[in-house]
Amino acid sequence: MSILQVQNISISFGGLKAVTSFNLSLTQGELVGLIGPNGAGKTTVFNMLTGVYRPTDGDVYFESNSGETKNLIGLRPYQITKIGMSRTFQNIRLFKDLTVLDNVRVAFHFNVKYNSWDGIFRTLRYYREEDEITVKALELLKIFHIDHKSNELAKNLPYGEQRKLEIVRALATNPKLLLLDEPAAGMNPQETKDLMGLIEFVRSKFHLTILLIEHDMHLVMGICERVVVLDYGLTIAEGTPAEISSNPKVIKAYLGEEVEVHA
Amino acid sequence: MIIMNKRVLTFFKIAGLILLGLLIGDALIYAGIIDEYTAQILTLAGINVIIALSLNLISGFTGQLALGHAGFMAIGAYATAYLVMHIHVPQHLWPVLVGISIIIGGIITAFFGMVIGFPTLRLKGDYLAIVTLAFAEIIRVLMINMEGITGGAAGLKGIPLYTEDINLGPVVSFTWIAVFMILIIFLIRNLIKSSPGRAIVAIREDEIAADSMGVNVFYYKMFSFTLSAFIAGIGGGLYSLFFGYLNPTMFNFMKSADFLVIVVLGGMGSIAGTVATGFILTYLQEFLRVLQDYRLVIYPLILIFIMLFKPTGLAGILEDIKTFISKKISAKAIRKTGEG
Repeated sequence: MSILQVQNISISFGGLKAVTSFNLSLTQGELVGLIGPNGAGKTTVFNMLTGVYRPTDGDVYFESNSGETKNLIGLRPYQITKIGMSRTFQNIRLFKDLTVLDNVRVAFHFNVKYNSWDGIFRTLRYYREEDEITVKALELLKIFHIDHKSNELAKNLPYGEQRKLEIVRALATNPKLLLLDEPAAGMNPQETKDLMGLIEFVRSKFHLTILLIEHDMHLVMGICERVVVLDYGLTIAEGTPAEISSNPKVIKAYLGEEVEVHA
Repeated sequence: MIIMNKRVLTFFKIAGLILLGLLIGDALIYAGIIDEYTAQILTLAGINVIIALSLNLISGFTGQLALGHAGFMAIGAYATAYLVMHIHVPQHLWPVLVGISIIIGGIITAFFGMVIGFPTLRLKGDYLAIVTLAFAEIIRVLMINMEGITGGAAGLKGIPLYTEDINLGPVVSFTWIAVFMILIIFLIRNLIKSSPGRAIVAIREDEIAADSMGVNVFYYKMFSFTLSAFIAGIGGGLYSLFFGYLNPTMFNFMKSADFLVIVVLGGMGSIAGTVATGFILTYLQEFLRVLQDYRLVIYPLILIFIMLFKPTGLAGILEDIKTFISKKISAKAIRKTGEG
C-alpha cells in the first residue's frame, strides 16, 4: 500500500514553470531514486513535499505516523516533519556552531515531553528525558560511526561526516519517509559504497521508505528499486534502473541527441 | 540514584558558593571596604547585565537583532514605579510589594513584547531591528506626553527606594539587584541547555533546517522575544527603585546601543561574556565620564573593530586562550611520553 501519493503537483516561480504535473506513488518500504540533469526540478520537488514551497497546483497525500492519510498542502515544514517525513539538504544545512550531539538532540525536540519550566528548574523529568535522548542520539551516531565525535562542533567535521550527520539528524525525528538530497555528493567511491550499505541498513532497521536524489549513477543503480527521471520539470521516464538506463528519452536528456552525419 | 545524588550535591555546592559570594559582597559594602560610590556602580552594572542578558537571549541566542531594549526597560521602570507609588502597604510588607511590582512590571513589558513580536517575527530578515528601534522611540515620546502617569519631560520624582534607611541603602539595593541578576543568569543558562533552548539556538543557526527538524520557528521566536521583554522590564523595574527618579531621556537610543555594545563585545550567545563585559563597561563609563559626549564616536568604532577582528567577542578570546593552553599541555604530554 502506498504511504505517499503525489498528484499533479506543479509550481512556477514568476514565469518559470519549475515543475509541471509531477506524480509519484511510494509503497511502504520502497527505495526510489529521483534523477535528472541539473536544474531539472528535483530539489524543488523535495521542497514542495516538505512544505518549504507551496505547490501552485496539485495534492500530496501522506499516511502519517498515526496511520491517517493527510493532504500536506498548506502545512508548514515542522508540521510535516512531526507526522513522519524528514529530509536532508543538498547544500548541507547543519547547525554549525552546535556540537554533533546537540545537532541530533535538536531533532528530538518535538518528541520531548518536558516543557520550558522543567528545563529552567531542572526537574526530574528534565534529567530523565535528557538522559534518554542523549542515549538515543549516541546510538544513532554510532550507526554512522561518528559517535566518537559527538562533542565536536558540526562545522569541524569533514565533509563526508557532515553528510552523514545530516542523515542521523533526519533519522532522529523518527520518520516513516526519508528524503535524501544527494547524500553521496562530494564523497569518494569508497565512502559512497559505505554509504550505500548504511542506507540499506537503516532502511531495514527503521522500516523506512526512502526517496533519494542522486547524481552518482553507481549509487542509484546499486540500491534503488525504482527510478523516476525529471527533465525541465517534467517526468520523462519511470521504471527499474535497468529500464531507465536503456530508455532513449533518458539518454537524450543526459547526453543529447545523436546527430546523423551524412557523408 | 547515585547520579541523582551527585546532581543534588552540585546544586547545593553552587548555591552555597553563590550565597557566600553574596554575603561577602554585602559585608564588604556594609563595612565600607567597598565605598558607596563603587557599590552604586556595581549595582548599576548588575542592572545593565540583566538587560544585556535579555538582549543576548533574542539577538545572541535566537539570532534576531533587536535595537530597542531601552524601550522595554522604560515600560518596566514606569510600570513598577507607578505600582510602588500608588499601592500603600505596612512597613513590613514593603519588600513583598517591591518584588511583586517588579514582576508585574516585567509581565506588562512582556505583553508589549508579544504585541510587537506577533506581526514582526513572522517575517524573515532584519525587520525586528527596524520595528524595535521605532517602538523604543514611540515609547519614549509616549512617556514624555503621558504626564499623568510619567510626570512628562520633567521626569517622575519621588519614587520610593528599596529602603528608607540611608545607611543600609547601598547594601539593600545591591542585594536586590544581585539576587535578580543571579536568578536571571540561571534562568537563561538552564533554558538554553534544555530542549526548548536548543530549538531556539537552532533557529539562529539555520531557520530552514530548524523548521525541517520539527521546530516551530515562529513559536520559539515569540517565546524568546517575550521572555526577553519580560527580563528587560524587570531590569527597568529594578532601575526605578534604585534611582528613585525617571526621565524619558534616560531611555533614548543611546541606552539601547549601550546594551547592544555589551552583548557584542562580550560575545553574541555567551552568558559569561555578557556578564563580564556588563561590569567592565559600566565601570569604564563611570570612569571615563569626560568622554561621555564622544560615546557616539567610540561605540561604533568599538563595534566595527570587534566585527572585523573578533566577531565572537570576549567569549571568543577566552575560548582561544583555553584551546591554546590545552594544546600546550597536550603537546607537553606528548613530548614527555616521547622521551619516556
